[in-house]
Amino acid sequence: MTARPYNFAYLDEQTKRMIRRAILKAIAIPGYQVPFASREMPMPYGWGTGGVQLTASIIGPDDVLKVIDQGADDTTNAVSIRAFFAKTADVATTTDTTQATLIQTRHRVPETPLTADQILVYQVPIPEPLRFLEPRETETRTMHALAEYGVMHVKLYEDIARHGHIATTYAYPARVADRYIMDPSPIPKFDNPKLDDCPALQLFGAGREQRIYAIPPHTRVVSLDFEDHPFERTKFDAACEFCGAADSFLDEVVIDDKGGRMFVCSDTDYCQKRQEAQKKDAAE
Amino acid sequence: MTAPLLSAQGLCKRFGAIAACRDVSFELNEGEALTIVGESGSGKTTLLNLIGGALAADAGEVVYRLRDGTARALSSLTEAERRALMRTDWGFVHQDAARGLRMGVSAGGNIGERLMALGDRHYGRIRENALEWLARVEIAATRVDDPPTTYSGGMRQRLQIARNLVTRPRLVFMDEPTGGLDVSVQARLLDLMRGLIADMGLAVVLVTHDLAVARLLSHRMLVMKGGEVVESGLTDRVLDDPQAPYTQLLVSSVLAA
Repeated sequence: MTARPYNFAYLDEQTKRMIRRAILKAIAIPGYQVPFASREMPMPYGWGTGGVQLTASIIGPDDVLKVIDQGADDTTNAVSIRAFFAKTADVATTTDTTQATLIQTRHRVPETPLTADQILVYQVPIPEPLRFLEPRETETRTMHALAEYGVMHVKLYEDIARHGHIATTYAYPARVADRYIMDPSPIPKFDNPKLDDCPALQLFGAGREQRIYAIPPHTRVVSLDFEDHPFERTKFDAACEFCGAADSFLDEVVIDDKGGRMFVCSDTDYCQKRQEAQKKDAAE
Repeated sequence: MTAPLLSAQGLCKRFGAIAACRDVSFELNEGEALTIVGESGSGKTTLLNLIGGALAADAGEVVYRLRDGTARALSSLTEAERRALMRTDWGFVHQDAARGLRMGVSAGGNIGERLMALGDRHYGRIRENALEWLARVEIAATRVDDPPTTYSGGMRQRLQIARNLVTRPRLVFMDEPTGGLDVSVQARLLDLMRGLIADMGLAVVLVTHDLAVARLLSHRMLVMKGGEVVESGLTDRVLDDPQAPYTQLLVSSVLAA
């Protein structure tokens, strides 16, 4: 038997234990950003080094891994991370949301509702929701500690003053378990309601910023808003051109140089399943 | 006679070999304006930082009477209590407006920040308050959505005042609020501040080296030199009949226009 060129799932066991300890702490204090000693990964920062380290620390030989990038299973980031774990951990991979036990995601939450036996791992570029108004890390830590979150609403105030409505459409701040305010990573605010009372464990990893935070299953997650400008989910005037879904998050795709465009589901797995079901119905 | 709003006893602060503040004691009553004057390096700003809790004193203490009537030493407040005090019952007007304002946020957002920090979650009400305060500091309502970077120096100072006064504090600290402004703008700002201080019954601790500002705004003054208070008393008395040699020098140094 030849020795593996790498340890199982690339990271060494000590690193995995360190990250698992950070994960446990993050789960114990929902929404709190736990610092961890982020490692160099064989990919550039911004490509999901935080998410990859989380996945590497919790993946087991029996796991089935799905990786999505902006909802799609077939984009560069998703394909290469899936290949990375297929090679270093020899795990089964899938594009089917219902088959997966571990889902690593960039910028989307799958349309298919998650279940209690799944874990969702987010790639996070900037974990600090207060960074926009407060550049000092020492100050933001104090603000979190004392739950001084008034400035968070200053950002929303600015939106309404400038645009007449809350124009933040992604990385929309939310309060976890009535305590910490967190940045749900750059998912569209369309996905924010899915975080609330989710049966699956949700883990967030920021590699460059060296932070891990978590939403345990069935935790209350409330998006911030004003009494007279309540939180609203993004609505689309169109339906998906492929599957006709009117309830999913849509991507606008330019299809020619004459201003032609179409709207399609951003979640490729959800769209494909609906199309297959429709074909089956038509055949019967 | 009610207890003083703020009292300082035997404040001392050294920076290495330099004694920036030596055994300073005074009392400040509600609605009273106190000026600290002195030349550069005399310990004015250090004293202001000691009273405001930004620096820890080597010796002595500052006692403040909270809104519920209890007198507490500032050093005994928890970090959370101290910060809550700073954004509700106290105000800070800095010489450099960029330190007291969020330069990237609109004027309305600057004024509304304290309200939102106190838990106001109604956009319409916050905005109404912001507009009302802009009017009180004589800034046109049309500028409410402009960031302070587009404001002139005098307007920035007035915005800073509005941002602080929106929670109706009882004590405001001012560090050279008119520094770097031309005289006509200064006059307008002083006029406005005098009106607001009288209307709201504010207690003020003002640091300045401009004796005219002291004369116009304050009831009492402390004259500092080398970290020590060399003279204190009613503003008019100190300025018209200075006793200490240093105060006499200071008063006679002012050029009459």
